Amino acid sequence: MPDRSKAPHIKDAIEYAIELKKPEIFSLDNGVKVYNVNAGTEEVVQIEWIFKAGNWYEKSNNIASATNFLIKNGTAKKSAYAINEYVDFYGAYVNRSCYNETAVVTLHCLSRQLESLLPLVQELFMEAIFPEEELHIFRQNMKQKLEVNLKKCDFVAGRKIDEILFGAKHPYGVYSKMSDYDALDVADLRKYYATYYQQGHCTIFSAGILPSNYPALMNGFFGSLPLNQLPIETVEHPVVPAEQKKWSIINDPEGVQGAVRIARPFPTRHHPDFPKVQVLNTLFGGFFGSRLMNNIREDKGYTYGIYSFLVNHIHGGAWMISTEAGRDVCGATVQEVYNEMQALREGDIDPEELLLVKNYLIGTLLGDLDGPFHIIARWKNLVLNGLDEQFFYHSVDTIKTISAEELKAMANKYLRPEEFYELVVV
Amino acid sequence: MVKFERFILDNGLKVLVHTDQSTPMAVVNVLYDVGARDEDEQQTGFAHLFEHLMFGGSVNIPDYDDPLQVAGGENNAYTTNDLTNYYCQLPSENLETAFWLESDRMLSLAFSKKSLDVQRKVVCEEFKEHYINKPYGDVWHTMRELAFKTHPYRWMTIGKELSHVENAQLEDVKRFFFKHYTPCNAILVVAGNVSTERVRELAEKWFGDIPSGEKYRRNLPVEPEQMEERRMTVHRKVPADAIYKTWHMCSRLDDDYYATDLLTDILGGGASSRLYQSLVKEQQLFTGINCYHFGSLDRGLLAIEGQLIKGVDIKKAEAAIEAELDKIRHELIDERELQKVQNKTESVMAFEDMSVMNRAGSLAFYELLGDGELMNTEFRKYQDVTVHDLNRIANAVLKPSNSNTLWYLAEN
Repeated sequence: MPDRSKAPHIKDAIEYAIELKKPEIFSLDNGVKVYNVNAGTEEVVQIEWIFKAGNWYEKSNNIASATNFLIKNGTAKKSAYAINEYVDFYGAYVNRSCYNETAVVTLHCLSRQLESLLPLVQELFMEAIFPEEELHIFRQNMKQKLEVNLKKCDFVAGRKIDEILFGAKHPYGVYSKMSDYDALDVADLRKYYATYYQQGHCTIFSAGILPSNYPALMNGFFGSLPLNQLPIETVEHPVVPAEQKKWSIINDPEGVQGAVRIARPFPTRHHPDFPKVQVLNTLFGGFFGSRLMNNIREDKGYTYGIYSFLVNHIHGGAWMISTEAGRDVCGATVQEVYNEMQALREGDIDPEELLLVKNYLIGTLLGDLDGPFHIIARWKNLVLNGLDEQFFYHSVDTIKTISAEELKAMANKYLRPEEFYELVVV
Repeated sequence: MVKFERFILDNGLKVLVHTDQSTPMAVVNVLYDVGARDEDEQQTGFAHLFEHLMFGGSVNIPDYDDPLQVAGGENNAYTTNDLTNYYCQLPSENLETAFWLESDRMLSLAFSKKSLDVQRKVVCEEFKEHYINKPYGDVWHTMRELAFKTHPYRWMTIGKELSHVENAQLEDVKRFFFKHYTPCNAILVVAGNVSTERVRELAEKWFGDIPSGEKYRRNLPVEPEQMEERRMTVHRKVPADAIYKTWHMCSRLDDDYYATDLLTDILGGGASSRLYQSLVKEQQLFTGINCYHFGSLDRGLLAIEGQLIKGVDIKKAEAAIEAELDKIRHELIDERELQKVQNKTESVMAFEDMSVMNRAGSLAFYELLGDGELMNTEFRKYQDVTVHDLNRIANAVLKPSNSNTLWYLAEN
């Protein structure tokens, strides 16, 4: 019979050497770079075309996201239905997503179907036509979805805290209003498409089991498009944070929960404190065993879950705490968050707790590097943020070596309640 | 092709091992053959509450999460109407830590009063967050009660009402545990950078001496065949009307499951599906519409849900759905359309198998269905489906007398 009271011997995860597999990198004739991780156990492929076409570049609200969404809703040769039917027939997925700096088109398919799908993707980047009727349907449906979302306290809180942090006119703080959808016009979309897709700046990230002629294949379909030819537009957006620190909004008088957001501005990955604060954040509220979760969920039962995280934009960021708590305990939840900040500023972190966090982080990292899609995701993050693998290895080193004193210093530098904005939306 | 080996311990615990040496990690997945369908009608939400309590310490180990995290691991769990699944992933050198933790909580929980008190509150907040404080949050609560009259699928995993969870007592919790959380009601899958010999050794060591328990004989009330159309209308504070329709369908284990699954894909599985193209794009009656099913192990539901564009008459919207259903009942489906959904299924299966964690979970699920090997052979059953099968299923399932319709209307 085993001795169940004694934990088995473990190898500390921090003793593991972590290696980030390098992608192969090649350039198409027009200069578009392709990062590719050719690996995996399943015969599948993922390719992402990343354009500098996020809302950073738009002149009025929602142009970037509407253009991105409607890029597959009709080309000179195919209707929206014909495109969808074609993609579905090959068991593939063509998804779009629009972020702040970038807008993405992603293809997922079985490896053997790749050659049937690349011509279609090429067509989307050359001949999308943005039919009036498709915009009409989009506008109508998005407005109604917005109306539904506005009933949710977490949705309202999510956009309000961004506005508080960055300002209503900044791309990170701006949000969709009904009138923005009404104002959308196909001419604007077509212009945005011409500038930021057809003649835009693109980087490609792919992973999976790819055919041996993959570079030639990609060059054939995308190497002669007029991409990456014009100089990259530099656009500046001033950050205008709110004056008022504490916000309380009643969105639904009968609501039984409140969405709590507590946040402060925080620098980007390029700041030397960033890797250290990543560790501190994990301990504070970044995983299930964090101080916030242990106190506010596991001890007090105020919430189903509470997390803190670093908001990582390319040009600036934030440190945020987020939860939905019972309406009558929202105030108590906020207070406990500040108590936990104080404990980190004033108390000493127990060596066991620190080792737990380090092992957890390294273990998670090991698991996160499992498979080609995960590996390419890491690289994408580095490349888009203007970083290289040194950043990755430096972060790993920081996790392995950071001391309790350094974490305390970070807590004293950043976890200062007077620098946080506080928002409760019921 | 997912290869695995299987052995059974003397106490009845089934163990499956899937080796993949391309990862430094190991996954330990424990599936318990118990879900919300096994609950007492007066004590619903127990299987799920239990999932929470499984992290509140076991008989010899005060806390589950800490030692796992120290070993570089992470974990989660979920409960459905049919089953409860726990899984963790950690560096494979520390595999024994997962065995130590999982076996101790199969042996017995700590049954701490504090843990029960707190998790009752946490589950109540989960209930509020997902089902009360959200527009349309109570739809499935309402629909299940309309569609099921005797089978326990008539309540959701979170529970029929908050009070069942609020009133849960330690004694009830213990009884539930010793009835269901036993080796003979569990399936253990270990996957990743592991060998069968090592897993066998660890399984014998840590799980071997746990009393087998009594095999739970499931004897659930059978839902009688529905003979008459059922309809219900509710008014709620939501911005727009919605319509929900369900039909009783075969179980996950039935040969007809595959045709039924493909049928839902043809109707409402994505941007080229019939309902989306006709009702969202062409007729513009809905902002979104989906057709899917619950894949339940007992006879379950096939569903269509659509959110109406404001100002559209719900009668007109429903008639448009019915017209599509009429078409699929009366006209044979095109071979290309069948091929399309078969291709999609093949692709979905390949992407699902990307991670070791998913493969471990799928193996456990298929073993519960009867044989882990189904994971490798099931696609053939999809390939065997013919357009005539689809037609037959459409007529057998999508008929008015088998239907439940919920009009979910905006107040005022």
